Amino acid sequence: MAEAVMGREVARRPPSRWVQLKATLGAWGFMSPAAVLVLVFFFLPVIILFVISLTDLSSSNFSDPLTFVALDNYLRLFRDRFFPKILGNTLFYVALTLSCFNVGMALVLALLTTHISRRVGFFFRLIWLLPRITPSVIYILMWRRIAHQPPFGLINQLLGPFGVEPQYWLFEHPWLFVIMVNGFVGASFGLILFSSAIEAIPKDLITAAKVDGASTWQIIRDITLPQIRWPLLFVTTYQTLSLLTSFEYILLLTEGGPGLYTTEVWALTAYKRALKTYFGHNQWGYGAAWGFVLVIIGIAMSIIYLRVFRFGELVQEPKIDVL
Amino acid sequence: MKVELENLTKRWGNVVGADSMNLDIQDAEFAAFLGPSGCGKTTTLLMVAGIYKPTEGHIRFDGQVVNQVAPKDRHIGMVFQSYALYPHMSVFQNISYPLKLKKVPKDEMQKRAQRVADMMGIGHLMERKPAQLSGGQQQRVALGRALVKEPQLLLFDEPLSNLDARLRLSMRGEIKRLQMELGITSIYVTHDQVEAMTMADRVAVMKDGKLQTYASPDELYDRPSTLFIGGFVGNPPMNLLKVEVSRENGDFHARREGLDLVVPPDRGEKAAGKGKVILGIRPEDLTLAERGTGGEIYVVEPLGRDDLINVRIGEASVHVLADPALGLRIGQSVRLEFNTRKVQFFDPATEQSLLWA
Repeated sequence: MAEAVMGREVARRPPSRWVQLKATLGAWGFMSPAAVLVLVFFFLPVIILFVISLTDLSSSNFSDPLTFVALDNYLRLFRDRFFPKILGNTLFYVALTLSCFNVGMALVLALLTTHISRRVGFFFRLIWLLPRITPSVIYILMWRRIAHQPPFGLINQLLGPFGVEPQYWLFEHPWLFVIMVNGFVGASFGLILFSSAIEAIPKDLITAAKVDGASTWQIIRDITLPQIRWPLLFVTTYQTLSLLTSFEYILLLTEGGPGLYTTEVWALTAYKRALKTYFGHNQWGYGAAWGFVLVIIGIAMSIIYLRVFRFGELVQEPKIDVL
Repeated sequence: MKVELENLTKRWGNVVGADSMNLDIQDAEFAAFLGPSGCGKTTTLLMVAGIYKPTEGHIRFDGQVVNQVAPKDRHIGMVFQSYALYPHMSVFQNISYPLKLKKVPKDEMQKRAQRVADMMGIGHLMERKPAQLSGGQQQRVALGRALVKEPQLLLFDEPLSNLDARLRLSMRGEIKRLQMELGITSIYVTHDQVEAMTMADRVAVMKDGKLQTYASPDELYDRPSTLFIGGFVGNPPMNLLKVEVSRENGDFHARREGLDLVVPPDRGEKAAGKGKVILGIRPEDLTLAERGTGGEIYVVEPLGRDDLINVRIGEASVHVLADPALGLRIGQSVRLEFNTRKVQFFDPATEQSLLWA
């Protein structure tokens, strides 16, 4: 009691200005490395991106003085014949990869690997990390070999003896492979986070639930999932944003094809417009507009997630237990 | 419900958790498993709960072997040291969770949960989350959750160890009273010998996975069957001295340097002629007197009601409880009288009691 009163009085006395200044400087000092990183590698590039998106800068006129074209690039973007297709592709790709693999399969695998012996579970998770640590080009080359056209292709050779008609799997089912290729890499992220979160649930809680009469499925539904709510929301949010901006596997696998824009997503379009065209005509200004819209979508999504999932509540300070 | 453990053993590779446990708990009996950390008491409890599968042996509930019965079908309630409340559920949801799993109708569930909560004195906290409760309140919720399904066997895994001393004392009494009123067979795991002695009808003392003895608190205290029990049960602990017992002129003498005690024949006889044996005597059976064994005070520890003093006798030292009004000081010479009717003798090699084996 006496200590509590004393503590309150100490807190009430205003600290001197010098102490306040020192505390502020200290805080900024510790924050500055992160602040510099965010500034140099996020804010400045975004500003540069926006400025470029207002010009008609391209590989044919980069030696001329900059010409500002206001919002022409944006108007052109929204009027693009393939704009609805690309937007639809992006949403389809993000939603399916996220739900089926990055969260869905990650969760299933995390539950499986934490419900078998520890060593086997660990080994299994290690195997699932292999795609992530394989260089992208090699990983994609493997997939292309697997789904290659007849008479080649691992799938054809494996399924042929069972009477399955050989086909060019990658071209017949491009989305299936685009989503799988990304998902197999993406799932390991959630897998690691989920399984460590599951293993961090106090064993007593599980024992209590078993004694209370819960089956394994009921324990997962009533105890495990609510206990890993935070990593679930985090992985959903984080992976949405990273899928929105990812394109390298699609570029290497299908280049957005087969055919016109079949598997082309937003980030890939931005990349192609700005940096890769068949005739060497790189439309930096136009590509930047695509890129900038993606940044806006990303920021909007982040804000929505932060609101919907009430992240503030999840990271609130823990209460100190008072007996 | 009657519980019987028969040769119950749990091994993980070379690690032995519990080694051939044999004991029975009568219907409505309160049994305590007492022992230091790692003695296998929780392992045994978790086997009774059905969380661990026994490597060998049988567990019988009312004569039926339940080794293969899932925890949910064992009709047990369990209370944990960590309380193990579901953090994302309210007090009401926590208490009613076992009923919800049993698909008890909603209004009956409400009624039973409220009744148990009122009994535990937490009826007004039903909407709170566990994090908004004190430790004592959390443990009451945990107790309520264990009781709500009207179990036939209650398992306690050090339920009071996380509470502060005062609360522990009052909860101890409450749990004992509750157990007697409800008449539910109970197993109470603890490393606190005071808890075991005060609450249980019988205490199973365990060490290194083995059952040392299974006896009533009085018997444990007065007739310790091993050196370990003698030293573990009782606070302050029993004094242990190496002596040699011999028979001279019809009397039995227990001797060591600076000490010569005449012990009663019924006790002395069993220790005589066995070479060096260990004599045990509790601090309360030693008194400061005009005459008797001489010694020098080494330390004085005031306990409030008594002073615990450490007296050096030759190279040995013993603890004695003394009246604080005596104002004893370090270095003072004193004489001790031994209540030799209460001495214990143990074999130093086998550590078994020579009196009660």
